[in-house]
Amino acid sequence: MYPQNFKFTKDHEWARVEGDLAVIGISDFAQKHLGDVVYVDLPAVGTHLAVHQTIGTIESVKAVSEVFSPVSGEVVETNAGLADAPETINQDPHGNGWILKLKMANKGDLDALMATPDYEKYLEGLEH
Amino acid sequence: MIREPLIFEISAPGKTAFTLPKLDVPSNAGVLDGLAVRPDIPDFPQVSEVEVVRHFTRLSQQNYCVDLGLYPLGSCTMKYNPKVNDKIVTFPGFAETHPLAPAETVQGNFEVLHRMERMLCEITGFDAFTLQPSAGAQGELVGIMLVRAYHEAKGIPRKYVLIPDSAHGTNPSSAHLSGYEVREIKSNASGRIDLAALEQAMTEEVAALMVTNPNTLGVFESDICKIADIVHGKGGLLYMDGANMNALAGIARPGDFGVDVLHLNLHKTFATPHGGGGPGSGPVGVKKILEPFLPVPVVKKKGAEYALDFDRPRSIGRVRSFYGNFLVIVKAMAYILSLGPKGVREIAEIAVLNANYIRKGLEGVYDLQYGTASMHEVVFSDKIQKDAYGVTNLDIAKRLIDYGFHPPTMSFPLIVHGALMIEPTETESRRDLDQFIEAMKTIAREAAENAAVLKAAPHQTYVRRLDETAAARNPIVTWERDKV
Repeated sequence: MYPQNFKFTKDHEWARVEGDLAVIGISDFAQKHLGDVVYVDLPAVGTHLAVHQTIGTIESVKAVSEVFSPVSGEVVETNAGLADAPETINQDPHGNGWILKLKMANKGDLDALMATPDYEKYLEGLEH
Repeated sequence: MIREPLIFEISAPGKTAFTLPKLDVPSNAGVLDGLAVRPDIPDFPQVSEVEVVRHFTRLSQQNYCVDLGLYPLGSCTMKYNPKVNDKIVTFPGFAETHPLAPAETVQGNFEVLHRMERMLCEITGFDAFTLQPSAGAQGELVGIMLVRAYHEAKGIPRKYVLIPDSAHGTNPSSAHLSGYEVREIKSNASGRIDLAALEQAMTEEVAALMVTNPNTLGVFESDICKIADIVHGKGGLLYMDGANMNALAGIARPGDFGVDVLHLNLHKTFATPHGGGGPGSGPVGVKKILEPFLPVPVVKKKGAEYALDFDRPRSIGRVRSFYGNFLVIVKAMAYILSLGPKGVREIAEIAVLNANYIRKGLEGVYDLQYGTASMHEVVFSDKIQKDAYGVTNLDIAKRLIDYGFHPPTMSFPLIVHGALMIEPTETESRRDLDQFIEAMKTIAREAAENAAVLKAAPHQTYVRRLDETAAARNPIVTWERDKV
């Protein structure tokens, strides 16, 4: 059920490579645990992010959670649709619920992330 | 049940609550024209006196308050506020003094502030206190501003503040507002700070560690002295969120176990009103090294006279108009004086006993992710009910309302999924605790036998379950005629 060409973090963000860009979002597991998303706080285009730096916050009915960048780079686009329809993250976390696109500073960052089978195994190991 | 209309909807043109006697002196009408008088306030409600009284009385009856029953909202708990505290603040010497009154006319008020500072120092083990912050969150901010001022005075403000994942959500905000970057420290399997993780994260770029003790799992950080050594070893300061001081009062003093700066929430430990029933008060205690930076003014005693001291060149400045929420401080002082030293210790003893009584009563019925000994609060989860019957913590909380209790804190701390965070405090009797335990057990039975009842709860309230997601996504917070 998790797309095969994605890379995942332990904090449940994903990255998908599009040429020089990395598209970033949160996993289906993450959206389920957050519950209904009501607001997404996005960084400005042009922001430079380091690995694991806070991208922004996702507010659900339960909690406000930080989203961390899986890779380093410069924000080139954010998902404008999330402002009016934050529920897209719940409905389609791996597709239309993407959060932002980064121009990657170091493609080597991807090597530290989990491939899909490893992430699925990681989820099985989590208690909940 | 009939829905209580909004006061705007009761309005009818020409109705008034009270008619002033006819003017029997020359009229000054028109003197403010064009300055401050609004000719018309659209949709200003026009209602009779009895309509106003009934409207607000009905609303108050639909509300739930700590005078009605248990309010076990862990970490934000409301406890019963003895009425004597409310009585004392109505004394004219307190209630009718003006914050701009000359110092010689309000010596008694200054004495209250000065003595309260000394009492809080004694209870917590610090050298000095400021009573100015308006609430716990502002206390936190002031505390971290003091940390920043300390490091700046040494040359560099440093870059990071470390915060455990079991901390209150306001901690990262306070650090961020003070210009620090936050780094999270993971908890270990017992729900405490992982010392190895702390040791690794603690560098000379770290300004402070913000620790809540006992933490939001209700677990005492038993390695707190080692934690303090690790932080101090790199020149950092140890900040303690003292929201949970009600678990320690009269037993352990943060100033003695290595904490440099702490804020208190007077409402929880010292029985003052809380939240919307406030205003709040979040005093900050510090060790000698931070005293020069305390906000101005400071109450000083010179001979037999008290005065406000503004001459403090290293101070972080003013954080609040006048001197804090004075009457809240008076209420807390009344609580401390009515209890005495032995009674203050009993706050903690009974708060911890009550939390453990609930824990024992519900162990096995609800899942306990962290088995570590509980202090003032206990964090269950919905795991048993969710896995077997699809019943979530939200359903359990809503059903509790039907049984006459305020729900506990939900889904916090984040490290317990589906959390139900219960804090009874010392003010609850065994009878009340038994009733609460019984209600929680009944709900667990209902989950197994008739989950649909829980899914649709509450059933006994003026309004049934609200669509919280729609309310958060599309809040309508103002009334406009013909728009609702």
